Amino acid sequence: MKMKTDKSVLPNLDLSASDKGYFCDARPEVVEPVKGIWENFLNWARANSLWILGFGTGCGAIELRPLMTSRFDMYRFGVQPRPTPRQSGLFIIGGYASVKTLKRIVRSYEQMQGPKFVLGLGSCTVNGGMYWDSYNTINRLDHYIPVDVYIAGCMPRPEALLAGIKALKQRILDREAEGANDYARNFDWYKANQKKVITDWNMPDYNW
Amino acid sequence: MVDLKALRAEMDKRYQVGEISEQRADLAFLDCDKIDVPDAVAYLRDHEGYVHLSFITCVDRLEDELFEIVYMLRNHEKKHDLGVKTKIDRKNPVMDSMHNHWAAVATYQRELYEMFGIDFPGSPGVNRPFALESWAGPPPMRRDFDTKKYSEETYFPRPGRETHDPAEHMKKTQYPGRADL
Repeated sequence: MKMKTDKSVLPNLDLSASDKGYFCDARPEVVEPVKGIWENFLNWARANSLWILGFGTGCGAIELRPLMTSRFDMYRFGVQPRPTPRQSGLFIIGGYASVKTLKRIVRSYEQMQGPKFVLGLGSCTVNGGMYWDSYNTINRLDHYIPVDVYIAGCMPRPEALLAGIKALKQRILDREAEGANDYARNFDWYKANQKKVITDWNMPDYNW
Repeated sequence: MVDLKALRAEMDKRYQVGEISEQRADLAFLDCDKIDVPDAVAYLRDHEGYVHLSFITCVDRLEDELFEIVYMLRNHEKKHDLGVKTKIDRKNPVMDSMHNHWAAVATYQRELYEMFGIDFPGSPGVNRPFALESWAGPPPMRRDFDTKKYSEETYFPRPGRETHDPAEHMKKTQYPGRADL
């Protein structure tokens, strides 16, 4: 595989030479919205098929399970869990994220296909919550990946989660849920923040 | 019932042990010299019925420049817990590994290595990260580690957090004008 040398190429410095060929070394690209009314139609479709990545990153993941039951029934909103980032469009960060988990969060987020949305569940994703002074949990999720909607609470009830999903849908319809593009535009800033806390960076710079 | 005096006398014949102190009817602690701990614990297991090692933990006695390691043993027949306590130097924290007596001990020792920086030479995988992947700072459970300062320097604190004394805050917001509180 021929390595390009221009500035837009990621170095993937910490990968071994044999691994480099397996990973993309291009930066994420901004996908501009389609002109006019077509984008409205696409956003309507996106807002009504939110597929959650089934990755419970913290204690808040326990609030996702009741959503499946008949009492809350998330399927009526077009929301359903998927087992792999490749099929998912919505990543719900369930509460506190330790540095160890953040590494997996970043990797999973980058493997999701755009357009992708992130929902921060619980106070820990907002400002660290009750773990604000902990030595191993991050404080602000939006410094590492773009977050569309925060749901405050410790823990928020499933009803709050449904309200958050409703708010996210409205954001998508209003053309405000541009997290993936935001990530591509400010890629260097996000990457620098991630590498500040994940000191043993042993994965590609961009996973997809 | 366990006769603690007799137990201590038996131990004293063989090892450098200190006082035995009874916490509850089913819980006692025995001080033991650092060198003798592995043998003493093995003796308790093989001859006194303390067959189960519940956990190992560590107390950071910063003021005394000591780490106190506690091996908590359980005698299922007599329903009695015995903690074997030993003191090691805080500046050079090295302790004998016990993974030959209980294989599961290696995991506890890994944890102590990571959280307190206590080395257990020869313990399998003792310096492999346990919970803290890519940890660069000092061992976080030591009392001289300032976790709030570390968090503020590392994890981008969100400005605007206010802290209140709970009692004063409740008086002000819930019971304004009540002088008797």
